[in-house]
Amino acid sequence: MSKALLYDATMCIGCKQCEGACAQQNKLPYDDKVAAESVQSEHKFTVVLTKDDKFMRRLCMHCEHPACASVCPVGALHKTKEGPVVYDVWKCIGCRYCMTACAFAQPKYEWHSLNPRVRKCIMCPDRIADGKPTACAEICPTGATKFGERDDLIREAQDRIRQNPSTYLPRIYGLNEVGGTSVFILSSMKVEEYGYPASAKIGDTPMPEYTGRVMERIPDFIPVWTLVLGGIYWVSHRRDEVAAAEAQEKEKNGSAR
Amino acid sequence: MKFKLTFWRVVFIVIMGLGLYSAFIRFFYGLGAVSNMSDQFPWGLWIGFDLLCGVMLAAGGFCIVGAVYLFNVERLHSVVRPAVLTAFLGYVLFIVGLLFDLGRPWYIWHQLVYMNPRSVMFEVGICVMSYTTVLFFEFLPNVLERFNLQTPIKWIKKIYPVLIILGILLSTLHQSSLGSLYLIMPSKLHPFWYTPALPFLFFGSAIAVGLAMTIFESTQSAKAFGRHLELPVLVELGGALLVALWVNALLRFEDYFHRGLLGQIIKPSYEAYFLWLELALAFVIPITMLSFKKIRLSPNGLYLASIFSLLGFITNRLNVSLTGFETYVGHHYVPKWTEFSVTLMIIAAGFALFGLAVKHLPIYPQEEHAVEQRPQTQTRPVVATAVLGHAGD
Repeated sequence: MSKALLYDATMCIGCKQCEGACAQQNKLPYDDKVAAESVQSEHKFTVVLTKDDKFMRRLCMHCEHPACASVCPVGALHKTKEGPVVYDVWKCIGCRYCMTACAFAQPKYEWHSLNPRVRKCIMCPDRIADGKPTACAEICPTGATKFGERDDLIREAQDRIRQNPSTYLPRIYGLNEVGGTSVFILSSMKVEEYGYPASAKIGDTPMPEYTGRVMERIPDFIPVWTLVLGGIYWVSHRRDEVAAAEAQEKEKNGSAR
Repeated sequence: MKFKLTFWRVVFIVIMGLGLYSAFIRFFYGLGAVSNMSDQFPWGLWIGFDLLCGVMLAAGGFCIVGAVYLFNVERLHSVVRPAVLTAFLGYVLFIVGLLFDLGRPWYIWHQLVYMNPRSVMFEVGICVMSYTTVLFFEFLPNVLERFNLQTPIKWIKKIYPVLIILGILLSTLHQSSLGSLYLIMPSKLHPFWYTPALPFLFFGSAIAVGLAMTIFESTQSAKAFGRHLELPVLVELGGALLVALWVNALLRFEDYFHRGLLGQIIKPSYEAYFLWLELALAFVIPITMLSFKKIRLSPNGLYLASIFSLLGFITNRLNVSLTGFETYVGHHYVPKWTEFSVTLMIIAAGFALFGLAVKHLPIYPQEEHAVEQRPQTQTRPVVATAVLGHAGD
């Protein structure tokens, strides 16, 4: 079964313990200076943002149909059946197509390294394999970030909206966006205010389909185009052969007479 | 031979010196130190110019080979060799440029081992590798002729139809796929440049640029190497360029019309200015110029029109890869001088290698024209450097 995270912004108190736990889990430095940074980077996979005393977390959405995985020429990114979208650094050639393709701009790069890696939240796949929740969900004191089965969390999010319609905006961000993700966000404020792309802008179509529509034609295109090119070659050269043969014929007839 | 310090040689040495310094920064301090690329702008000048424009500018190879060998247009035979040389050099240098841009270039061979057939980048990579190999064999007869090795030339002549068809197939695939790369960014790329028609537009512009580039380099070589200019060939190419420009312009118009953007593109905005620049350079100016018979029949007119359209399509690809993302990102990307200097170094190397090849290999003398041209080109030792200078253009 596929796992997921549910982040309920109305329950978040902005303690940033998820940031610290994430850093520890991924062996990244974390101190007051890093805590004060309000952007994600190669050393900060998740960030808690504040606006008008309300909080919002940003992290990799772990798309059901990840653009990053579909565009990677060497398949260094893939979605596991447990839900996380993980990265195999030893395959990566550093083309950074994943970064340009991601609608949520999640993959970050070690620009100052001589052997740079793509960095992003990988949803603690080792912990999940051990049957544990992600580091951020485990440490969250209020349960704002909750780890569980994807289907269960969708049901729970729907229940919360139904029971407190005045608290929440009536939508689960991540349920349908780009074909669905494994991170769901409930909030009283629009997630767009915190830098998330608008649902209308990114749409419900799984990202890989945009390139897939073209790529899937290639296996048919190759033989057809080869035949067309071969045909043109044959016709245009045949004309020469015929002309040469006719000229020869004429010459023969001429000399015979 | 005594080494003389001419103006263009100095320019060349300066470009190479700065380029090598930037290369040192790139490989000893990393991409962050050498470029203004960032998490917001993961692709910069090296993808926008070296990859997208470089491959487009090398399209003359498959256009001319297609015209001459596929459609049997014998009249263009004299420009096949320079076009194939340009394409071969273009692709080799583009791969060199890629080694600068890739974060882990030493793993570039992973492309052949860990394949992801769903990835457009994978397809581009495989096609470019294969096409460079095809171009190598299309170019090889020049070298073999130089050393008078007849047997391998015969072998290559036997497989030439296969090479031609394979080359055009691979070119069709990756020239259009460069546009497909951007299909996955509908929410990021500005609607002026994001369109499902991107692969068609990229293929169409590659053909126009292939023709324009052949006019440009023929005239340029004639100037630099004191060759006699084959005007009928240029006029023929100019006519084809005019048709290609019209087809491209109509494609662009259709695209904007169907997506209901005609009203937006005439309204002044940051993106509109860049779009106007692109459309003026690529279409309005050269189409107007080439519509006059007098210009279409004059070497200088053809030369200028081809330069305008080249600049126009270069602007187009930079718009697709850089300008089109600025509103989404929220700030401008201006390449660092070290990024420019690496690109310049690669272009300068291209001009130098082209000059060297023309000097030492039978690129221009043809079977039938050999007598009139050959002695002249061989007695001109400074030719290579004369061209080099235009690297800075």
